[in-house]
Amino acid sequence: MASAMFSMASAKSFTSSVARANYQGKLCSANFDVSSINHTFKKKNVNTLYRAQNSGGVTMTVAVNVSRFEGVTMAPPDPILGVSEAFKADTNSMKLNLGVGAYRTEELQPYVLNVVKKAENLMLERGDNKEYLPIEGLAAFNRATAELLLGADNPVIKQERVATVQGLSGTGSLRLAAAFIQRYFPDAKVLISSPTWGNHKNIFNDARVPWSEYRYYDPKTVGLDFDGMISDIKAAPNGSFVLLHGCAHNPTGIDPTSEQWEIIADVIQEKNHIPFFDVAYQGFASGSLDEDASSVRLFVSRGMELFVAQSYSKNLGLYAERIGAVNVICSSSDAAARVKSQLKRLARPMYSNPPVHGARIVANVVGDPALFSEWKSEMEFMAGRIKSVRKRLFENLSQKDKSGKDWSFILKQIGMFSFTGLNKAQSDNMTNKWHVYMTKDGRISLAGLSLSKCEYLADAIIDSYHNVN
Amino acid sequence: MAGKMVFSCTICRKSAGNDLRFMSSWWNHVEPAPKDPILGVTEAFLADTSPNKVNVGVGAYRDDKGKPVVLECVRQAERRISGNEKMEYLPMGGSVKMVEETLKLAYGENSDLIKDKRIAGVQALSGTGACRLFADFQKRFRPESQIYIPTPTWANHLNIWRDAQVPQRTFHYYHPESRGLDFAALMDDVKNAPNGSFFLLHACAHNPTGVDPSEEQWKEISYQFKAKNHFAFFDMAYQGFASGDPERDARAIRIFLEDGHMIGCAQSYAKNMGLYGQRVGCLSIVCEDEKQAVAVKSQLQQIARPMYSNPPVHGALLVSTILSDPDLKKLWLKEVKVMADRIIGMRTALRESLEKLGSPLSWEHITNQIGMFCYSGMSPEQVDRLTQEFHIYMTRNGRISMAGVTTGNVGYLANAIHEVSFVGGQKLYLAIKVTSLFSFL
Repeated sequence: MASAMFSMASAKSFTSSVARANYQGKLCSANFDVSSINHTFKKKNVNTLYRAQNSGGVTMTVAVNVSRFEGVTMAPPDPILGVSEAFKADTNSMKLNLGVGAYRTEELQPYVLNVVKKAENLMLERGDNKEYLPIEGLAAFNRATAELLLGADNPVIKQERVATVQGLSGTGSLRLAAAFIQRYFPDAKVLISSPTWGNHKNIFNDARVPWSEYRYYDPKTVGLDFDGMISDIKAAPNGSFVLLHGCAHNPTGIDPTSEQWEIIADVIQEKNHIPFFDVAYQGFASGSLDEDASSVRLFVSRGMELFVAQSYSKNLGLYAERIGAVNVICSSSDAAARVKSQLKRLARPMYSNPPVHGARIVANVVGDPALFSEWKSEMEFMAGRIKSVRKRLFENLSQKDKSGKDWSFILKQIGMFSFTGLNKAQSDNMTNKWHVYMTKDGRISLAGLSLSKCEYLADAIIDSYHNVN
Repeated sequence: MAGKMVFSCTICRKSAGNDLRFMSSWWNHVEPAPKDPILGVTEAFLADTSPNKVNVGVGAYRDDKGKPVVLECVRQAERRISGNEKMEYLPMGGSVKMVEETLKLAYGENSDLIKDKRIAGVQALSGTGACRLFADFQKRFRPESQIYIPTPTWANHLNIWRDAQVPQRTFHYYHPESRGLDFAALMDDVKNAPNGSFFLLHACAHNPTGVDPSEEQWKEISYQFKAKNHFAFFDMAYQGFASGDPERDARAIRIFLEDGHMIGCAQSYAKNMGLYGQRVGCLSIVCEDEKQAVAVKSQLQQIARPMYSNPPVHGALLVSTILSDPDLKKLWLKEVKVMADRIIGMRTALRESLEKLGSPLSWEHITNQIGMFCYSGMSPEQVDRLTQEFHIYMTRNGRISMAGVTTGNVGYLANAIHEVSFVGGQKLYLAIKVTSLFSFL
C-alpha cells in the first residue's frame, strides 16, 4: 500500500481522473482530518490528479474516485448480431450476408411492406397521440394478435381464457414468460431443442430458469431426430416446460410433420409438461398464417394450458419496432386474469409499458379487411421468394456437386433458415475464403439470398463441404 | 355455450387419460397482482363517468384544456422520417446518433468526458429501462452492493432494484413538517452509509415531492460523496421540464462531474419531448477511459440482448431528428419552456386559489416545489375523500400531478382540497371567512 503525498495546490477545476485501483475494486477510503492530512490508498500505478476544495475557509485536497467498474471485461460479440457487423466491415464485392434473419428483396434490399407504409400514413394523418400505453399494451393489438394466433373463432378466446400482454417482440415476450416461470415455478426447468436460437439460452440464464436440451437435429439425415426428441421429453421430470418452435425452426428449418406434432402433444400431456411455443415466423414459413399456427392450435384444441411468444419482426417486417406478445392459454378466465396481472407486474420494473408505434401498425393492418388481405398477399410473396431461392440453390448444388450428396434437405426445410450441415471450420471457410457471412453453426439465412447469387453460394458450399474439415 | 364446454372437456379427458388435470389449472397458485399505484389511478379515472372528474394522477403533461400534447417539433420530425425508415434492427446499444445527442444534453455540449469517449451510453426503454439496465449491471458487476433510495421516491424504483435483486436501503429526503428537504438527515445518512455505497438521486424535479436540493446543497452533497467515495446514480426524467431550461436542470449532475465523480445517469424523453409511449431514453455510465467505456457498453448490451434484443427505433429516430437539426432543436427548447411555464403558472394559481378560499394552512410548498409534481401533504384518507366525493384522481401519497391542473379546473381542485384538508369542517371555515371579511372593514 503506497501512501500518497498531496499538494496543497488550489487547482480550481478538475479535468480528468486516471487513478487506478486494484482489480478487486478496493475503494479509496480517505480520512479527511483537517489537522493532519493523512490518506491511505490501496492502489498500484498511482497517477492521480487532485482537486483542491474550499470548504469553510479550509483548503483541502480531495483524491478523485476510481471507477468501481474497473474489472469489467469486454463482452464477446453476439454470435448472430455480430455477423452483420463483420459483414459491414468487409470490402469484398462478392460478399454475401446470410447471417441475421432479416428479409431482403431479390435486390438484397431491406423491405418495408406496403401495408406498413399505408398504416403509418393513416396514423400520421390521424395525428395519434403518444401517451403511455397500459402496462399490458395496446388493447386493439392484444385482441388482434390473439385472434391471429388462435383463430378469431377459437373457443378459448370467446371464453376469455387467454392472457395476452404486448411484449418487446419475440425476445421480450419470451423474457416475460421466463420471468413468470421463475417466479411461479421456481423448481421447474425448460427443455430447449438442440440446437435452438442462440438467445434462448441467454434469456433463460438471465431469468435464472434452469434448462436442458432435447435432441432435435440429426446431422446424419440433416433432418429431425424424432425418436431422440420424444425420448428426451419423456425422460424429463414431470411438469417441465417444453420450448417448441411453432413453425420454421430456427436455426435448422426442420419442422415436425403434423403426425409428429400429435405424438409430441401426446407425450407432453402424459408427462404433464407445459408447452411453450416460440412463434416468430407465422405466415413466413408456408405463406399461410393459419397453416403456420396449426401446431399451436392443435395443442390448444387438446385443452392444454400453454405459453406462446409471438413476434411481428419478420412477418410484418417490423424488426426495429419491437412488437410481439406473450399469450398464456389458461383453463379458466379467472386464471387468465390473474396470470395477466402478474405478467404486468413483471413488465413494470423492466420497461413500465411497451412501445406504441409497432402495436398501432399491427392493429391497423389486422383491423382493416383490405389491409389485412393485402398483408396476406405480401406475406405469400415473401415466403414464395424464399421457396424459389431454395429451389434454385438446390438445383445449383445438385448440378455442380459431382459427389452424389443428397442436397434435398434444402427443399424439405422451411422458413428463413437452412441448416447446411457445415461445421464451424467449414463455416469459417465460407466467410474467410468466399466472403459469405453466416453463423458458426452452419445456419444460412435464405432471406439474404437472391436468385442471382445462388450459383456463387453453391460453389462456396461445395468447396467448404468437400475441401475443409 | 355451456354444452359446448362440456363436450370439449369430454374429448379432452379421453385423449389425456388424466381427469384431475382438467379440473385444476397450472396457475392456481397465481394470485391477482395488486393494482399499480400510479397507473391504476388512470384506469379508475377512465372508468368514472362524472363530468367533473379531474385526473391529477399520472405524470403525463396536459395542455390547458386537459388534452395530451404532441409537440410540434415531434410532428415535424414524424413527417420527415415517415417512409424513410427501413425498420432494420438497431444495434443492441440502440441508435448511436440518438445516444450522442442525449449525452450532450446531460453532460454538456462541450463535455470533455464525451470528447475523451469515457461515457458508456446505450439507448434504453425510457427511464424505467435505463434504471433497470443499470440495476442489472450493478448486480452483475458489484454483487455485494446495495442501493440507497430516497424516501419517498417514484414507486417503481423499488420494484426495479428488487427485481434486479439488489438489496435496498433508504435515506432521508422529504421533511413532512416543512414540506421541503430534510437536508440535515440526508447528510447524516450519506455520512453514515458505508464507504463506496451506491445512491439513487433525482437530478431535478424530484418525483413525487417536487423538492430539490439548492445548488449549495448539491455542492455539499457532492463533497460528502467524495469523502465517502459513494457512487451517484442520477435518474433524470424531467430535464427541461423543471425550470424550463435543460442546462439549468442538469446543474446537479454538472456539479458532481466538476467534482470528478464518475456517475451513472438514466435519461428519459417521455415528458420533455412528450414521447411517453415511444419508450425512448438512455443509460450512461462514466468510466475511467475509452477502453473501459467500450467494455462497460458491451456488458450493458449483453444485459439488453436477453431482455429485448435491441431497442425500438421509432422514438429514437424522432429524438435524433429533432436534436440534430438546429431549427427543430430550437423549436423543442421553446416548447419545453412553454410546458414548464404552464406548470409554474398553475402552481401559482392553485396556491392563490387556496389562499383566497381562506385556508389557514400554509400552501407555500406548492410554489416552492418544482417540476410536474406537488406533494400536497394530504393523507391517504383525505385523498380517498377527494376521489370519492369530488372525482379527483391522484395517488394516495398525496402527490398531485400539476400537469393535470388547468385554468378550467384549478378552482374546483382548490375548493375540494380546501374541503378535505380543513380540520373542523364547515363551521370553522365560515368563521374564518367572516373573520377575514371583517379584516377589511
